[in-house]
Amino acid sequence: MEKALKKYTWVFIGPTLLAFIIGFILPFLQGLYLSMSQFTTVKNATFVGFSNFIRAIEDAEFLNSFQFTIAFAIAAVLLINVIAFIFALLLTRKLKGTNIFRTIFFMPNLIGGIVLGYIWQILINGVLALVSEPLLALNANAGYWGLILLTCWQQIGYMMIIYIAGLSNISEDILEAAMIDGAKGMQILWKVKIPMLMSSFTVCIFLTLTNAFKLYDQNLALTAGDPNKFTEMLALNITNTFYSRAGAQWKGIGQAKAVLFCILVVVIAMTQLRATRRKEVQS
Amino acid sequence: MKKILSLLFAFTAAIGMSGCGAEGETLQETGSVYYLNFKPEQDEAWQELAEDYTEKTGIPVTIVTAASGNYETTLMSEMGKSSAPTLFQVNGPIGLANWKDYAYDLSDSEFYGELTNESFALENGDEVAAVAYVVESYGIIANQTLLEAAGHSLDEIQSFEDLKQVSEDITARKDELGFAAFSSAGMDGSSDWRFKTHLANLPIYFEYQDENIQSTEKIQGTYLNEYRNIWDLYINNSTTEASMLAAKTGDDSRNEFLASEAVFFQNGSWEYGNLTGEGKFSDEDLVMIPIYIGVGDEANQGLNTGTENYWVVNKEADEKDIEATLDFMYWCVSSEEGTEALANEMGFVIPFENAQKSNNLFVQQDVAYTAEGKTPVSWNFTTMPSEEWKNGVGQALTAYAADQSDENWQKVEDAFINGWASEYALVNQN
Repeated sequence: MEKALKKYTWVFIGPTLLAFIIGFILPFLQGLYLSMSQFTTVKNATFVGFSNFIRAIEDAEFLNSFQFTIAFAIAAVLLINVIAFIFALLLTRKLKGTNIFRTIFFMPNLIGGIVLGYIWQILINGVLALVSEPLLALNANAGYWGLILLTCWQQIGYMMIIYIAGLSNISEDILEAAMIDGAKGMQILWKVKIPMLMSSFTVCIFLTLTNAFKLYDQNLALTAGDPNKFTEMLALNITNTFYSRAGAQWKGIGQAKAVLFCILVVVIAMTQLRATRRKEVQS
Repeated sequence: MKKILSLLFAFTAAIGMSGCGAEGETLQETGSVYYLNFKPEQDEAWQELAEDYTEKTGIPVTIVTAASGNYETTLMSEMGKSSAPTLFQVNGPIGLANWKDYAYDLSDSEFYGELTNESFALENGDEVAAVAYVVESYGIIANQTLLEAAGHSLDEIQSFEDLKQVSEDITARKDELGFAAFSSAGMDGSSDWRFKTHLANLPIYFEYQDENIQSTEKIQGTYLNEYRNIWDLYINNSTTEASMLAAKTGDDSRNEFLASEAVFFQNGSWEYGNLTGEGKFSDEDLVMIPIYIGVGDEANQGLNTGTENYWVVNKEADEKDIEATLDFMYWCVSSEEGTEALANEMGFVIPFENAQKSNNLFVQQDVAYTAEGKTPVSWNFTTMPSEEWKNGVGQALTAYAADQSDENWQKVEDAFINGWASEYALVNQN
């Protein structure tokens, strides 16, 4: 059997690997080259070296969007995971109607980011108008919290499902043993359930963290960076550099920003994976 | 098992081959045309015209229309392909700056010879790089029926002062009349171009006139006070409270006008189709008047007439394809069928010798104004340094609308004047 499998290794891996190379590796390498070029279309690019990267780093707007993204990511990751985990705890208590609530909480995830962004824009503007505050386009605070509210609403349900799966995977034996040993509710939660759930935390934090950094459509639809680019996140800043400036040099600078962005997300995600993985336990 | 696998391979290989085959087909002996169209509202008419042309000449014409607001993105990716568009468009000198390396010299083309006025061409050095194919007008569209219901007539409005008086009178009696002077000057992305670009054209135009220039690296903002006056008029005599304008869309504004909630609606000849027809207005209801801001010879001011639609032929395309494209363009602007489709199906006024009269009311009015000896205001917003500049001005206008302090107006002026210089520098540095 193993021999047969070996014989067909490339049959099984080949197509996917080929697709991965064509669809990911090659474009990535080309992107890397383009980040060091000046170009209008990807076909004829002139190599200019690292100047694009210098220009990208010197761009004050890019740094602002970087700070804003960090501030957003911290709040979003914390809120989404804490709330999703609380929901998961509540909805694994075998109460009546838990299935309905699970479905309801999960549903926002099925709506696309652009649609969500516009819906929340109308909602938030309606509320701001009622309390006579400046509307989203002029209100940096509302923009920040609005984005967090929107992402929470969209992602909590999804993370909740992952936590629920993790919670129902903890075997009854362990919980029973803990109770017999005299552990109280809170002790069981902190000393048994949470350590057993570390793998779920790894996945959820990874997903929310990378989602927060990559957030684009919600940002575009809800605030589009208003007011004065205050709520412009990294991904939006990159597309704006690429498309809303005239002159050939900007495409390369946008591409350089994209490469920096990619490295940043990979580094942050890897660090987080390593940190939380270490805490994972086996039952 | 092996058999199944080899079958599978053969199958995928076959698919791959047929994919290549399709690609090869475009290389025909006669050449072909691929036009990347900018105007989604005219897509259907272009498709029909292309079909007619193919039927007549056997030359395949492909028309692809980019989704609204996505032209630059689509163009960039299409130009990177092996079968790139042979004909595409830019929105003016700034747009051309991005694509000048791809512009075929049109100076010897038959098509360029038909142009009625050389100012409709864009030059790149000694070469003719782009040629305008449609001329449009914008101004303040007025609902005459409502204006009369308010006890005013069109003849009263000959200057900014007149416009102000009429608007403020309507606002004073807003509750009694049941409508406002202006439809909402929405600053949502779907509508803010009417003010950060089109309205901003007026102070720029008058400054260029004074200085006798066509473009500048440093705007002085001579007429920004007048810009403020007209903006004040728009936002304080509106259907909507000024602080709520930030969220109002283009559709909101049009719907208010259609529902007879406002007398005036700043927009252009391209709106004609949206405003007329069943259950909407008839030609008798509507009129387009110049945007008076209180500068220059207002009695002789015409509509804002110009173009931001320039055709560029792709220099990189196959020679046969370039030939075919030039023939197609010539046919569009000179043949009976071509000109008729452009005038009636698409509602365009084309700046070429054989142009036919368009049935578009606003376009006809522009012709009438010019015949009366009024001078159209040219479109100088194509020289605005970048999209970012417009966004900066738009953002400041929105903030000013919500809180109309001198301090906030200062920010508009700052975005206008300093923003111009800094954006101009950014665009032109290497």
